[in-house]
Amino acid sequence: MSPRAACRLELLGFTRVYDYVAGKADWLAHGLPSEGEQAQVPRAKDVLRREVVTALPGEPVGVVAVRVARSPHGFALVVADDGTLLGRLRKAGLDADPSARADQVMEAGPSTVRPDRPLAELAERLRRRGLHTAIITTPEGRLLGVVQRADMEARLAGQR
Amino acid sequence: MATRIDLAQLQELLEGGGQLVEVLPAAEYADEHLPGAINLPLKQLDATTAARLDPARPVIVYCWDGL
Repeated sequence: MSPRAACRLELLGFTRVYDYVAGKADWLAHGLPSEGEQAQVPRAKDVLRREVVTALPGEPVGVVAVRVARSPHGFALVVADDGTLLGRLRKAGLDADPSARADQVMEAGPSTVRPDRPLAELAERLRRRGLHTAIITTPEGRLLGVVQRADMEARLAGQR
Repeated sequence: MATRIDLAQLQELLEGGGQLVEVLPAAEYADEHLPGAINLPLKQLDATTAARLDPARPVIVYCWDGL
């Protein structure tokens, strides 16, 4: 729709017309602010925890395991230099040979959700699957953080 | 033909005074829109409605996902 609107504006004499093709879906999926009646719906971004443990692909697992042990999380997320999420290190990976590279023992391609996902829907999805944590990334796959089901449920309970 | 831009370019244009226009129907705009955007639905887009825009400043249009 926006390409047609842009064309129409040019026919009307506007000379500096730009088309943000990815549109509202892209803006919201980056967790950016919005206005309107639905803007106050609680979203994943509202309970986002950014302080997750991360590891570079080439880091020794033993080094990562020390950071995880000092954190409230039981896992680490493996990210590239530009923040792109590559994988997850859970207990089995963290207990592997301490000299192994993180990318050799990580679980590749974990499921992710976007920060604009409504909390109620996401909490229900995690509950059905017996999961406690969801990983949040941008549409380009860059890690933003994690959300925890307990945080979501507390937030939703506070609204009732 | 209008220049297609990504999120980073959009943010630069907005910092430079760009005018943001959602071209979806009014109900969808009322539900949720980008901060500061005005609503000029495609079906009503003509010289009269476009008169709300300053022709001297960049105009950035968007819909849901470009389709």
